[in-house]
Amino acid sequence: MSAIEAAARGRVAAAPRSRPGVAVVYRWELFKLRYQKRTYLGLGAAAIVPILFVVAIHFRHHRDNGNNFAFQSYLTKSGLVVPLVLLLFGAVWLFPLITALVAGDIFASEDHNGTLKTVLTRSLERWQIFTGKALAAATYAVVAIFISGTVGVVAGSIQSGFNSVQTLSGSIVSAPKGLELVYLSLLVYLIPIATVVCIGLLLSTITRNSAAAVVGTLMISLLFQLIGVLPGLGALQPYLLSTQFNAWQGLLRQPIDWSPIVRAVWVCAMYGVPALATAFLVFLRRDVAGG
Amino acid sequence: MADTAPPVEVRGLVKRYGELEAVAGVDLTVHAGDVYGYLGPNGAGKTTCLRMMLGLIRPTEGTVRLWGADPLQTVQALDGVAGFVEAPTFYPYLSGRRNLELLAAFDGGDAGDRIDMALETVELTDRARDKIGGYSHGMRQRIGIAAALLRDPKLLLLDEPATGLDPAGMRDMRLLIRRLADQGMTVLLSSHLLAEVEELCNRVAIVRKGKIVYEGAIADLKRGAGAVYRLSTTNDERALAVCRAQPGLGDIGVVHGKISFTADEPAVADLSQALIEAGALITSLAPQSVTLEDLFFSLTEGDDAVSGVAPATVEAAR
Repeated sequence: MSAIEAAARGRVAAAPRSRPGVAVVYRWELFKLRYQKRTYLGLGAAAIVPILFVVAIHFRHHRDNGNNFAFQSYLTKSGLVVPLVLLLFGAVWLFPLITALVAGDIFASEDHNGTLKTVLTRSLERWQIFTGKALAAATYAVVAIFISGTVGVVAGSIQSGFNSVQTLSGSIVSAPKGLELVYLSLLVYLIPIATVVCIGLLLSTITRNSAAAVVGTLMISLLFQLIGVLPGLGALQPYLLSTQFNAWQGLLRQPIDWSPIVRAVWVCAMYGVPALATAFLVFLRRDVAGG
Repeated sequence: MADTAPPVEVRGLVKRYGELEAVAGVDLTVHAGDVYGYLGPNGAGKTTCLRMMLGLIRPTEGTVRLWGADPLQTVQALDGVAGFVEAPTFYPYLSGRRNLELLAAFDGGDAGDRIDMALETVELTDRARDKIGGYSHGMRQRIGIAAALLRDPKLLLLDEPATGLDPAGMRDMRLLIRRLADQGMTVLLSSHLLAEVEELCNRVAIVRKGKIVYEGAIADLKRGAGAVYRLSTTNDERALAVCRAQPGLGDIGVVHGKISFTADEPAVADLSQALIEAGALITSLAPQSVTLEDLFFSLTEGDDAVSGVAPATVEAAR
């Protein structure tokens, strides 16, 4: 035999070793994401939607018939408004969907491919694999949000110029200050998105089915929105996940209104931490019987 | 890793899925240097047992120790252990080399230095840059072996390693296992290829419905089964009655139209005399060589003996 026999004869007897850690898993998870279509589907959507939005503004602004939502009047005056309007409209479904594409898939696809048993029989503890994957899913969400925001700023500025913007309190801020506020808004928006990541990870771990986890994550996000509009449940509104998607608007008031942001932190933690903890414990204790 | 502890020590291993008892109290010990065959029909619980040995699933009861360490407590118990359960699986969108690089990174140490050697070992160097999604089943099996070799294992756990390989691949796999064992590597393999197990393994465990029905050396199993004889006479009906009355004969039956029994040589001599006196003249009397396959079927199929080897006889070998 050839090579099998020959090489077996030549095996090097070497003992382990330096042990790998979470960073190794994280790096390889990011590497794997580069080779998966869903990564580009999500990031592509994050980049294309702002461009389509700007194109729509270009062709429709002459037929504008009124100021129906925040920042609408400024859409044709400053490109900095574009990412904020996208946050306003895409908050509950677009970005949660993009986030869920990876968070809902990251464990379930390993089940589907049968690769979980391959990685779990190497030299990494389960918690290390879980942590690396969770960090990779979160990183993807951050990248998607900031790609969308940056493309929105660039495309909007090309269309409407890099000009000052009006805050929700009516004051005008300079373009550089507006840019700062845009990115701070994106940062605050990441608080509820982190909760979406946690829910996606939970469903991915429990269902072991990528499609179910992705759709389920989006459905939960929409369900919160639905609960928010049901009559008689108005008192629940401040404590719903869907409400926290608008917490960034506190930054656009003069002076800054921190209360929705602070509330977003603990309300999102209320949903996200149990989801993440459950996913973690399930992953740690689960039987890997498939594949 | 306790140096004195056996590579694999399983005690009272049970796995239940609701009402189904997939593994029903398995005890087995694999000693250093063993090439150990784990045999059983489909659904006997072999793969479930291997998964528990690798820490992939939790036993309902019982313990697994690899070199004295519990794989459920720490992944360090898997140091020096490699293998795969069912078909080896990889990321189909990555190349063979990338998959090995990933696994080497997950192994740590100098595993990455062994990638080229492992690819050469399984003769996949030329296809290393192709995506694994395009590999044939046999190639995936070979890259599975390559992935195992990255860990420089002292214990290999292989689940049906020859499945899906062509005859040359099966031969190569057999030679590889033999070579690795000769170098001191301990191997535990499950297989349906009984002739292969008989050729490769020095010890076996035979499992039936989740329970071990035999564990030990193949030689002991055969020795304990006793010599099996096939007899034809001029009057088989009378001869059968003589056999049943004759002391020293066991497991008497009719197999493929011939009288079958177990006996030692003096008892066979006495039987010859008794048959002549009864007027049933011998037309053929031949000892049968007992194969592992005979013993396997007798232990795993029903209560009745097949091929003239009774479970009771084999049990005596334990």
